[in-house]
Amino acid sequence: MSIFSLFRKQSSAPMARERLQVLLAHERASVGQSDLVAILREEILAVIAKHVEIDDEKVSVKMERGEHVTTLEVDIEIPVTVTVRAA
Amino acid sequence: MAKVVVVTSGKGGVGKTTSSAALGAALAQRGEKTVVVDFDVGLRNLDLVMGAERRVVYDIVNVIQGDAKLPQALIRDKRLDTLFLLPASQTRDKDSLTAEGVEQVMNDLKRHFDWIICDSPAGIERGATLAMRHADVAVVVTNPEVSSVRDSDRIIGLLDSKTEKAELGERMEKHLLLTRYDAVRAERGDMLKVDDVLEILSIPLLGIVPESMDVLKASNIGAPVTLADSRSAPALAYLDAARRLAGETVPMTIPGEKRGLLGKIFGRRAA
Repeated sequence: MSIFSLFRKQSSAPMARERLQVLLAHERASVGQSDLVAILREEILAVIAKHVEIDDEKVSVKMERGEHVTTLEVDIEIPVTVTVRAA
Repeated sequence: MAKVVVVTSGKGGVGKTTSSAALGAALAQRGEKTVVVDFDVGLRNLDLVMGAERRVVYDIVNVIQGDAKLPQALIRDKRLDTLFLLPASQTRDKDSLTAEGVEQVMNDLKRHFDWIICDSPAGIERGATLAMRHADVAVVVTNPEVSSVRDSDRIIGLLDSKTEKAELGERMEKHLLLTRYDAVRAERGDMLKVDDVLEILSIPLLGIVPESMDVLKASNIGAPVTLADSRSAPALAYLDAARRLAGETVPMTIPGEKRGLLGKIFGRRAA
């Protein structure tokens, strides 16, 4: 222990604590959300598939967490020669 | 009624196997019939830490596949006749553990033991999820270090969703076992403190095991920490933790915090 370390103010543990708190707040929320996205994808697909034929591969559901709002982006490709079953 | 305890952490190298052996031995030292089950198929080490590596004939995979009966695979400890080990297979891959097979083994063990301690492998794959699957109580082993705390948080999430208890809508009892704790470094602000980790993970504390040479010494000689030297600091911490696990109220002590002046000087120099 040198004399200089007496003047050293910055200890590392508080930084570890803060980083963990921020990270885990995010991770706890997003673990739940990855399930939510999967559920939404499945249910949205089911609803649309009732009316139009769609390719499972050509569907993308994304959720983006912003600072104030979260946006849900649903991108579904519908072929031109689609057969509309029921209007 | 048998109690099934899973010792888990997510992260490797934090002390799951050491803690499983020490808690298992501590419970057996109380006269309760205890079995420690190694779930780390392919990388077994509990046999080595408990000093039974030369006595392994059959393992849990042999029992699941019907090549051996459960009593043939159980190894009784040479020092404590209430302590048993069910080793993992070293040669098979981890897929040889099946959900049905593990369930059958656990049901059989429950009929013969007071305590079943499941030593989980690291990670969140099959071995780890099967080890926690049938647990009544979870001991989450955590080091006061960022990556270990993060992985413990993830494991707590799995304990609350992927276990039998969780699926039945019951509450899984979870306890934090803080290992490799250095009170001097924590006091200096260079290590997360007990309260920091407790606040972040918000599960009750089972015990604080100090960083100690005695842990390595115990594994060198192949004895659970509590049997190698029952008066060493980590042994006392594990003995207290086992008493809490059994439902006793034991005051919590932070090992190494009550030092004399000399202890303080030497403690700091050594750290």
